[in-house]
Amino acid sequence: MRCDFADSFLHGYFDGELSDLSAAEFERHLQHCVHCAVELVDLDLLSGQLQVAQLYKAAPASFRKKIRTSLRPVAPTPAPASSLLSWRWLAAAALLLVAFVVWRAMPAFHSEEDYQARFATGIVDAHLRAMLLGQITNVHSNDPQTVRAWFEAQVKFAFPVHDFADSGFSLRGGRLDVVQGRTVAALVYANREHLFNVFVWPTREQDASPRAGSRQGYQWIDWRKDKTEFCVVSDAAPAELGQLQRLLSE
Amino acid sequence: MNDLDAEDRLRFEQLVLPHVDAAFNLARWLLRSREDAEDVAQEALLRACRFFRGFHGGDARAWLLQIVRNTCYSWLEKNRPRELMVEFDEELHPQPVATPESIAIAEEGRERLTRALETVPPRFREVLVLRELEGCSYKEIAAITSIPIGTVMSSLSRARRQLQSLLVSASDKEATREV
Repeated sequence: MRCDFADSFLHGYFDGELSDLSAAEFERHLQHCVHCAVELVDLDLLSGQLQVAQLYKAAPASFRKKIRTSLRPVAPTPAPASSLLSWRWLAAAALLLVAFVVWRAMPAFHSEEDYQARFATGIVDAHLRAMLLGQITNVHSNDPQTVRAWFEAQVKFAFPVHDFADSGFSLRGGRLDVVQGRTVAALVYANREHLFNVFVWPTREQDASPRAGSRQGYQWIDWRKDKTEFCVVSDAAPAELGQLQRLLSE
Repeated sequence: MNDLDAEDRLRFEQLVLPHVDAAFNLARWLLRSREDAEDVAQEALLRACRFFRGFHGGDARAWLLQIVRNTCYSWLEKNRPRELMVEFDEELHPQPVATPESIAIAEEGRERLTRALETVPPRFREVLVLRELEGCSYKEIAAITSIPIGTVMSSLSRARRQLQSLLVSASDKEATREV
């Protein structure tokens, strides 16, 4: 025979959805109702079984790719066929021009220091976001060819992709990310216990030797080579970052 | 096809795309097929993208899952209407889509649980998936499934009992065979 409490309280109690008052009432009931006590254990057993069996069906890579491609045409709003130079575009261009003039006229707003701070924030935020969301790779592979081919289909710039498993940094894959409003490629490496994000994007600046920084306990090293900017971020020790940086720039 | 501007698109990528796994998981369990789930979840994401302007903050996962769920149901209605004939308030004994025999034959553990979960009628299956796999709160489940919040608990309670009884009957059968 089922207990009345079982229907009205048991599951809410188990799921932590009862108010404090109701939970206390149910706990008093539990002390003398064997039926509910047993059912609670059964529930826990069922829930445990479901967790252990790992029934969660994460989106397969093929599906993620499909989504990326099907959303792609959305990016630039195509100009209406009738007039290629619609007022929208002119307005946007004018706005850009104004923004550029203002930017040039106010050197204080783009001082190197300022840029560095914003850069560090953007990079570390992107690293954290990827870690927290668990969305570390869109293409999950340790094969440089596969990863490179995936990026070729996603971004307009090309860059070398290598696996450094022999030196202790194994390639995990890559994804697209956004750093300060700019779409960047992100390569993911792992050594024994740390994950490393390597952000890559095209630049017009000249080559620059590595500069390092840290923020919120995360280290980053940034450098430019062959019109490409690289930035590796991790919570690993600076020496390990340096090692990966040297491997990448060889 | 849709006219999100760059800013909306970025917002869509940041708010909605992190829940692609959740979308796929729900579709996969409601449709019980990876291929169908890919198609339908993709359709749902495109629909979400199209109507993203109508989404004004709030719980992006619940919003997306609601769209996924509705897209799955309209797909089921069109393609497999029989699966939906099982009434929501039907009492304990479900009309299994797979027979208990096929569950018993299936191997232990993961396979057995998968079969059992797929056997529970869709309206119960979805609350189980949302609660046990997706970790949704009752409030979120109510928002996603349009069940009044007051009845989320009783739906879950029924769904869990169905799953338990399917698992028990499966293992009973196995035990009998062994004897």
